[in-house]
Amino acid sequence: MNEHTVNVRGVSRRFGKTLALDNVDLAIEPGEFVALLGRSGSGKSTLLRALAGLDAPTAGSVQVPKERMIVFQEPRLLPWKTAIENVALGLSGSGATQQARAALAEVGLEHRLDAYPTTLSGGEAQRTALARALVRDPKLLLLDEPFAALDALTRMRMHRLIEALWKQHRLSVLLITHDVDEAILLADRALVIDRGRIIESININLPRPRDLSQPGFVPLRKQLLSAIGVKDEDSRNPAVIDAGAQKTAVTSRTIALA
Amino acid sequence: MHLDVPRGLDDTATMQITAPGLLDQTDLSVSIAPTPKRRSRQWLRALSPLALLVLWQIGCSSGLISPRTLAAPSQVIASFIQLTADGALQHHLLVSLGRVAKGMAIALLLGGSLALLSGLSRTGEYVIDAPMQMLRTLPVLALIPFFIIWFGIGEVPKVALVAVAAVFPIYLTLYSGIRGVDAKLIEMAKVIGLSRIALIQHVILPGALPTALVGIRYALGVSWLILVAAEQVNATSGIGYLMNDARDFMRIDILVVGLLIYAFLGLVVDILVRWLERRLLGWRPSFVNAAS
Repeated sequence: MNEHTVNVRGVSRRFGKTLALDNVDLAIEPGEFVALLGRSGSGKSTLLRALAGLDAPTAGSVQVPKERMIVFQEPRLLPWKTAIENVALGLSGSGATQQARAALAEVGLEHRLDAYPTTLSGGEAQRTALARALVRDPKLLLLDEPFAALDALTRMRMHRLIEALWKQHRLSVLLITHDVDEAILLADRALVIDRGRIIESININLPRPRDLSQPGFVPLRKQLLSAIGVKDEDSRNPAVIDAGAQKTAVTSRTIALA
Repeated sequence: MHLDVPRGLDDTATMQITAPGLLDQTDLSVSIAPTPKRRSRQWLRALSPLALLVLWQIGCSSGLISPRTLAAPSQVIASFIQLTADGALQHHLLVSLGRVAKGMAIALLLGGSLALLSGLSRTGEYVIDAPMQMLRTLPVLALIPFFIIWFGIGEVPKVALVAVAAVFPIYLTLYSGIRGVDAKLIEMAKVIGLSRIALIQHVILPGALPTALVGIRYALGVSWLILVAAEQVNATSGIGYLMNDARDFMRIDILVVGLLIYAFLGLVVDILVRWLERRLLGWRPSFVNAAS
């Protein structure tokens, strides 16, 4: 019908009296990396769950490819299965183990194949979850704040990994994040969602690989922050919309890159 | 600082503390009690039971404890050797073991299926859970007269009593284990498109297993308890019969042997279940750390 990977038209989702999504339109092109920014409770997770098929909207239409995978904030690995068993779970055919091994190698975990999730570090566990998604060859990858629980250095490494995998597999990616810098570092386009509506869409045309000191980075960040409604008077302020643990993480990353 | 680990409950915790990496760090301001000291303490723990045993023997030999009250340890050992020599003990033990095995098998099958049905479906829960929760409060020993009326005095009532006693812990723990599986993992399984069968096999049952094993352990304990009572009613074999018979002839030494057998069996059952746990729950952090 059309060449969009994702086509969302007039989607609303009501939970009791609250309107979590209010007439949302969203199209994602094949191979496009879109970041969705918003405060807690803005409806960004609801939108992602609708795209993942985990939640049915009250109104509107959602077109997504059947080959879609999601990586959550927490890795959600089965603790009683090794890394490779987790990745291979549900794959059919004789090549399943081979595929799982290749996927884990791709995220740099070929040495941790037989490790149990409890022995993996946060970054390793999240990479295993990523391998589990990639091994199913998705057209659309949904990322629900997958780096939020990681430390600053691990986050930087994960950013590079995601970018590389996205290029390699020519995926469409929808990344949900609290972190304005993360959105600018990774996305082709950043959307801002507030009270269930997408209120801003900004194309990010900075050359890749990107870093925080790149020319053009600071104006973009100001633009996004003001769309979200945060005043960015001092550009050295941590560019995180929500308070919490991430604040320190972003500050230290800014220092590390400066 | 001395770390007090509850003994016998979780020996893996002990292994964690005595891991080589930790022992090297003697310069830590908070030091951990080194192994030799622990071992000597454990040896000390064996001292007081041994002393009691000696006191018991002295009491009996000196005539302070009447042989009608308690048999001397030496006499208990002699009776044990005699009962083993003529094969009586082995015979009765095997009969009892057989009854527990049959009863447990029925309980596992029945309790397991019922828990699966009510754990995995809402309808199953409505139909099964309420009656199970009501029935579990019945004291099983009070059922003995019923079972004799219904099943006579042969093997059936004894096996049935064991099965009834064991079915509830198995049902309750497996059911709550199934219901306690992390909903996020189930959602993840949905995302990667697992079939219902695969979901049960790979996510729900392994997730429920730690809780269910507690139930199995408990059920095994209860089976022996019930069997003692069941075998004292119209039995012609089994450890319970052996003890009942000994009571009729005032053979206090054999009674003590029977008690020791029960204690020993409890220990064996415990070791068996712990071995099972180690094999099946190798992924749990405590086991993983102890192994590496």
